[in-house]
Amino acid sequence: MSSSALIHGFEVVIGFETHTQLTTESKIFSRAPTAFGAAPNTQACAVDMALPGTLPVMNKGAVQRAIEFGLAVGGHISERSIFARKNYFYPDLPKGYQISQFEIPVVQGGEVEFFLGTEKKVVRLVRAHLEEDAGKSLHENFTDQTGIDLNRAGTPLLEIVTEPDMRSSAEAVAYAKELHKIVTWIGICDGNMQEGSFRCDANVSVRRPGEPLGTRREIKNLNSFKFMQQAIDFEVQWQIEQILDGHSIQQATVLFNPDTGETRSMRTKEDAADYRYFPDPDLPPLFIERAWVDQVRSEMTELPRVKAARFIDTFGLPEYDATTLTQTQVMADYFEHLAKLCKEPKTASNWVMGELSRRLNQADLGFEASPVSATLMAAILVRISDGSLSNNAGKTVLDAVWQDAPDAENLDQALSAIDQVIESKGLKQINDSGALKAIIAEVMAKNPDNVTQYKAGKEKAFNALVGQVMKASQGKANPKEVNDLLKAALSE
Amino acid sequence: MQDAIQDLSLKALAQALKDQRVSATQVAEHYLGLAQGHLAPKAPNPLNTPQDHSCGAFVSFNPEHTLAAAKASDERIAKGQARALEGVPIAHKDIFVTRDFPTTAGSNMLNHYRSPFDATVVSRLADVGLVNLGKLNCDEFAMGSANENSAWGSVQNPWNRAHIAGGSSGGSAAAVAMGLAPCATGTDTGGSIRQPAAFCGITGIKPTYGRASRYGMIAYASSLDQAGPMARSAEDCALLLSAMCGSDVERDSTSLDLPSEDFSRDLERPISGLKVGIPKEFFGPGLSPDVKARVQEALSQLKAMGAQLVDVELPKTELSIPVYYILAPAEASSNLSRFDGVKFGHRAKDFHNLDEMYRKSRSEGFGQEVQRRIMVGAYVLSHGYYDAYYLQAQKIRRMIANDFQNAFKHCDLIAAPVAPSVAWKLGELNDDPVANYLADIFTLPASLAGLPGMSIPCGLGEQGLPVGLQLMGNYLNESLMLNVAHQYQTQTSWHLAKPGATGVAA
Repeated sequence: MSSSALIHGFEVVIGFETHTQLTTESKIFSRAPTAFGAAPNTQACAVDMALPGTLPVMNKGAVQRAIEFGLAVGGHISERSIFARKNYFYPDLPKGYQISQFEIPVVQGGEVEFFLGTEKKVVRLVRAHLEEDAGKSLHENFTDQTGIDLNRAGTPLLEIVTEPDMRSSAEAVAYAKELHKIVTWIGICDGNMQEGSFRCDANVSVRRPGEPLGTRREIKNLNSFKFMQQAIDFEVQWQIEQILDGHSIQQATVLFNPDTGETRSMRTKEDAADYRYFPDPDLPPLFIERAWVDQVRSEMTELPRVKAARFIDTFGLPEYDATTLTQTQVMADYFEHLAKLCKEPKTASNWVMGELSRRLNQADLGFEASPVSATLMAAILVRISDGSLSNNAGKTVLDAVWQDAPDAENLDQALSAIDQVIESKGLKQINDSGALKAIIAEVMAKNPDNVTQYKAGKEKAFNALVGQVMKASQGKANPKEVNDLLKAALSE
Repeated sequence: MQDAIQDLSLKALAQALKDQRVSATQVAEHYLGLAQGHLAPKAPNPLNTPQDHSCGAFVSFNPEHTLAAAKASDERIAKGQARALEGVPIAHKDIFVTRDFPTTAGSNMLNHYRSPFDATVVSRLADVGLVNLGKLNCDEFAMGSANENSAWGSVQNPWNRAHIAGGSSGGSAAAVAMGLAPCATGTDTGGSIRQPAAFCGITGIKPTYGRASRYGMIAYASSLDQAGPMARSAEDCALLLSAMCGSDVERDSTSLDLPSEDFSRDLERPISGLKVGIPKEFFGPGLSPDVKARVQEALSQLKAMGAQLVDVELPKTELSIPVYYILAPAEASSNLSRFDGVKFGHRAKDFHNLDEMYRKSRSEGFGQEVQRRIMVGAYVLSHGYYDAYYLQAQKIRRMIANDFQNAFKHCDLIAAPVAPSVAWKLGELNDDPVANYLADIFTLPASLAGLPGMSIPCGLGEQGLPVGLQLMGNYLNESLMLNVAHQYQTQTSWHLAKPGATGVAA
């Protein structure tokens, strides 16, 4: 489905709420560990179990991560934010309320920018607020009973809420991927979707263009990008069919079933609870001084969009390249190292986005595990730019060192290693005009028809002759030289 | 020696123990012997101690633990390692969680509940050598002003057994007044230390909100709850308060990050020249003549000691009742949500689904007044009513606090009655929750403002029941209040009066 296209005359409107689990070692309001996968109730302390007399104490690490996120998306960090209680009964909610932020969240506003294909998109954020996770109800392994595991209770979450800015499932997925990239890039979330570290809820509605927003239904717990797209597509289709059939959409919370590929209503607005939010009297307002924000900013890793801007500025890259190269920190680092060594940033960018990414994807590797180091890669690009290698021969060299990478601690070592490969494979490009002239003369002699045709004005005949020259040189002839020399020879 | 134990101040008792004129074991046995006959009527009595004349002050004992702690104190004393109050017994309001005693908060909901940890206040007091005698009766989850809302039964006023002891720290007040324990802890949300202290003729102080850690104090209304000592005299309270208070920011975010203080430091300072503010709103037509007379006598005494009485205004005093009875139930409705029958506490036996489990467990576990406050609290927080009730109450709460700051521009501390009357009859206001609420009028303002407040005995009113003088100080000004109270107690002997002389035996 393409971006912002109408479906049966309807426009799709999507907003996201994403729960990102923060990477603190201990919980948001207690000192119990947050590690995933422990035996039930072994990582829940008295505070997490809400034993009588226990009280919450804010984990500064969670606040710091919220600040980092706010800075990463250009949001406003509230100097004073308030924790509130969201009251409802559920067996895995130990206190009978969740501590969250309601009226004044820690981060307000901000933007997430990304490319959908080559089209630049901006999704505005409403807010990001800190809250605690609940425990888990375990229905398996019990008959007529439910087990409660409170290990997850009190795990710090940053809930990130967007404006309804997305207009297609593809755009929604691209947003989610970009958000995922940001939170993992700055290290506030491990991004593990299977373990529930990054959970998306999508608010989906449809409308005819120009009409006010339609009634939304919220698809809960989309924990893979694949299901996200499927679920939204199904939901959109369903809503449109309902409307075309003359029904109206009721506000509801729905769940996506990956087995059937369908969304199913969990509860409607009528049975939505009154959460009776009020400021948590156990927690004073959270004050974040400017000095803290400044310190976090100064210690923060360079953000993707800042890095991308720098790539555009210092390396003269197109925006598309810069954005693509900053998909992951390791990719950006690889590129930057490579570009500095080979001094050909655009060539480096092409190779990183093209040949290298393709090979790594096939091998299911990240840039940090690339068999060919940036230093070695730089040597190949140096040899291409100095004319020793043709572009194609460069790929052959890359293939060779991909299989068996020589050691190279610096560019000099890398260059001699690459030169050896070029030598042993006989890939050195022929730039010598004398040798090329001889080949050209021979080719012209053997293909008089083409020569005649060219002289009669048939441009195609020229290409045929170039092909013959390249073939005769076993692909080693410098194509530019061949071009020039052949033209000269033909005009004689 | 033993006969005189009860008459000793904490300081004197600690000295006697330190000098080994009496052992901690003897003192513990002495008090256990007295206290064990005063279990609340419906409290479990595993030791089958006779309860013929019980005032109902205690709800549980663990004699083994108490005697072991006393023995440990004796050993420390023998080694010359006695701490400030080594071997002195104390009893704790059953709202503080304790590892070595059950903790019920006066509720069926927590029948047989045992906490895996001690409240900070409990462990801080143990750290200066105090020995835990047992747990004291209180209103269920500290909700009440008469100690008639305890699942274990009411507490009788030692001065007149047909009357209430006050609440919610009624067990604490009665136990100290009867000499069943030399001192006790209490908690005060809207007057729960000051009012029972006044009704039972003892001294009690609620420090500035945030002074004493709330960790391990079962929450009723988080923004108001504050622990404090209850004892015979201001001097005793100062010693206990010094041990109880101190920063606990690692466990309680509302704890003030201030170093511990010696609240005894100013006790002996003369009070001449001190400006004592008298708020006229506390002396209106609702005040019983007997209470008014005793309080005015106390004020005259302060004047005679050199204090200057100045009129001050606290114009929002009356509003403190609706404000408190919106905010406290609102917080309570949420604080008590954890008692759902899932993890601990009472769970109903027969239920068919989750909702029924919740409903039955909570209906069976909570008493009427607790249920009433949960419902009021849920109502004032609900969608569409929040602004009109909760938000409005918060605004007025700030005005009440501002009124105090204006008053403190003209005086060093404020003196007033603790309650409009002496202790009423048991059962008298049982069916009238509003009348109960109205009786809190004089203690609520300081609670809402987060200010320290204390009650000191200042004579006897109708039917020989004690009257309390309330002192309210500015934030963190406890040592001044204790100074004034102590100076008053050097000139008067109301704090030494014991029930029995004028009281009516049951």
